Amino acid sequence: MATGLKIKTAAELRTNYLRREMFPTIFCDGCGLGNVLNYTLWAIDEVGLDLDRTVFVSGIGCSSRLPGYINADGLHATHGRALAFASGIRAANPDLTVIVFTGDGDGAGIGGNHLLHTIRRNMDVTVILVNNFTYGMTGGQSAPTTPDGGFSSTTPYGNIEHPLDICELAKALGAPYVARWPVVSPAQPVKSIAEGIRKRGFALIEMLTPCPTAYGRRNGLKEIEQIWRWYREHTVLLDEWEWVEQFGSPEEREALRGKLKIGVFQDTERETFEDRWAALVAREKL
Amino acid sequence: MSTHRELIRRALGPRVQFVQGDDACAYGAVLAGCTFFAGYPITPATEVAERMAEILPRIGGCYIQMEDEIASMGALVGASWTGAKVMTSTSGPGFSLMQENLGYAIMTETPCVVVNVQRSGPSTGQPTMGAYGDMMQARWGTHGDHEIIMLCPASVQEVLEITIVAFNLAERLRTPVLVFIDGELGHMRERLVIPDDDEFELVERPRATDRASYRPFAPGPDLVPPFAPFGSGFRTFVTGLTHNEEGLPRASSAAVHDQLVRRLAAKITNHLDLITRYEEFYADDCEIAIVAYGITARTCRDVVEEARRRGIKAGLLRLISIWPFPEHIVARWAERVRAMLVPEMNLGQIVHPIREAVAGRCVVKPYARIGGELHTPAELLEALEALQWQPA
Ligand SMILES: Cc1ncc(C[n+]2csc(CCOP(=O)(O)OP(=O)(O)O)c2C)c(N)n1
Ligand code: SF4
Ligand SMILES: [Mg+2]
Repeated sequence: MATGLKIKTAAELRTNYLRREMFPTIFCDGCGLGNVLNYTLWAIDEVGLDLDRTVFVSGIGCSSRLPGYINADGLHATHGRALAFASGIRAANPDLTVIVFTGDGDGAGIGGNHLLHTIRRNMDVTVILVNNFTYGMTGGQSAPTTPDGGFSSTTPYGNIEHPLDICELAKALGAPYVARWPVVSPAQPVKSIAEGIRKRGFALIEMLTPCPTAYGRRNGLKEIEQIWRWYREHTVLLDEWEWVEQFGSPEEREALRGKLKIGVFQDTERETFEDRWAALVAREKL
Repeated sequence: MSTHRELIRRALGPRVQFVQGDDACAYGAVLAGCTFFAGYPITPATEVAERMAEILPRIGGCYIQMEDEIASMGALVGASWTGAKVMTSTSGPGFSLMQENLGYAIMTETPCVVVNVQRSGPSTGQPTMGAYGDMMQARWGTHGDHEIIMLCPASVQEVLEITIVAFNLAERLRTPVLVFIDGELGHMRERLVIPDDDEFELVERPRATDRASYRPFAPGPDLVPPFAPFGSGFRTFVTGLTHNEEGLPRASSAAVHDQLVRRLAAKITNHLDLITRYEEFYADDCEIAIVAYGITARTCRDVVEEARRRGIKAGLLRLISIWPFPEHIVARWAERVRAMLVPEMNLGQIVHPIREAVAGRCVVKPYARIGGELHTPAELLEALEALQWQPA
């Protein structure tokens, strides 16, 4: 690994960061949410965050259960509204670090409008959006991210809707940090989450995360090895994707269909709501 | 350096002003210590937000215009958990959108003040016309069993005073408090005297002091748990799921749910002495009473005087706190009077809990008026006269 990450043992992470009374988790065997939690703790450790000054916010869904497992302040809000609650925290007390866990349904479906406006304002929050292509908690209905043709309990004949590319949306809206990684290897997600936390402004890290129970079993992705192989084979690094699009043969370009771009989509600077508000107060305060 | 209280005084301007009900609401909030407002524009409540947008930066607070009322209510809860005193304002359509997160605030014991400057519904209805059509929605709008506190002032001066009371109750009992006025009162201009700090009480939410013994939702003897703001090192987990006194989800336990939801209700119903507010005219020798609230009650006082001149033993019970319903007060009046006239700017909402409190002890006559116009004194007088001859 080129990142120079210090490997943490599970025991170290457990004692330093977890709320023990909450275990065992509600997650199914083979669910990728444990990996997301693990990578987040690892990144927190990298950054050296003070958990006394950090709030984990979420909506509703399997992925939105993550704040409960971390021994810090947590706000498990209503379905789709995590970013609205998070914005209130940041606007009222910009000294607190806010990390949001949300799902593809929570963050991009019902909460899509809040995603758009929280990015537009550039609230300084780090959003870890777990994309498992489905509404896991309610048993696997179609989500705005369900792939074309994907089977779910409400698309029993295959999904006819076009899936949303959340990272392209966030990038277009000007989010200062946007990345997408599958959970299959830790280094890049950990690095991106750490970069997202350090970034002054809105950071989105979309984690492609298997849900064997609700999505996988309907789409030939039930066994762990099978699932992880699928994520390796169906994700293409951004540089490589662009190269193929420009210079690839027709066959190579055809092979991109149904695959997902991964990597860091955007890494820029932009003034935050909090900084602009502070400047306004400095100017107008009596 | 001036103190925060001095800043507030300077931001509010002269002690005596000629302003709208909406302005008075914003002033009351700022006087009560509100430093955070999240909202979305809607007639006839917009001026509350506009005043807050002007004042809050001048006193070092924060105003944020959210993308909708769902987000406003969410931001309010987030901000309140940092320890700030918070408010939002809206009208019917926005109040409808707030319901889910209002329930979240109840379940998580989050102090906040929600103002509804009511207009005629359903749907977009009559945006610029006053109404009191959301009285029952206020009571039961969010899903599940719960109690709610709602206050209905009747003058511009009272809007300011009641907004301060709303903050104090929200803080004291760790719960949302609703301030309900209407488009008429919100846009009506009257003389307003901004009270001095020693003329009103300021209440802060009870604070947790000891980290070692901290259990976030374990109530004190008054059923209100002490509060630890985010960032204070107490590490609170807040969830809208049914939770135990540690704040941990126990969504499948009948016992935990029963205990929690009953406590949240009792926390409010046990404090009626703090909440209940009303005004009485001619309570002692009244035979025909008017029971009214909000803007409607203003006309009634003159009507009662005029009726008395005409020999009717009229009186007025003006309700200021509507929820929890002051059943004992209405019941006491029912013991003494022959009839109650209940004028409302809706098709009959508060007349229902009134009937329940009266329990057949006197005649209860609703007088519904919708469309945005107020009841006229002549009409009310006529209705009182008619009631005088009605057999008990
Ligand atoms: C207002 C509202 N509508 C619907 C639901 C039901 N619901 C709970 S979780 C969920 C979907 C969650 O999907 P996602 O955010 O992708 O999370 P996952 O479980 O897949 O991690 C839904 C629809 C709800 N809780 N609230
Ligand atoms: S339903 Fe899916 S997302 Fe939810 S815990 Fe099970 S595997 Fe994970
Ligand atoms: Mg999902």
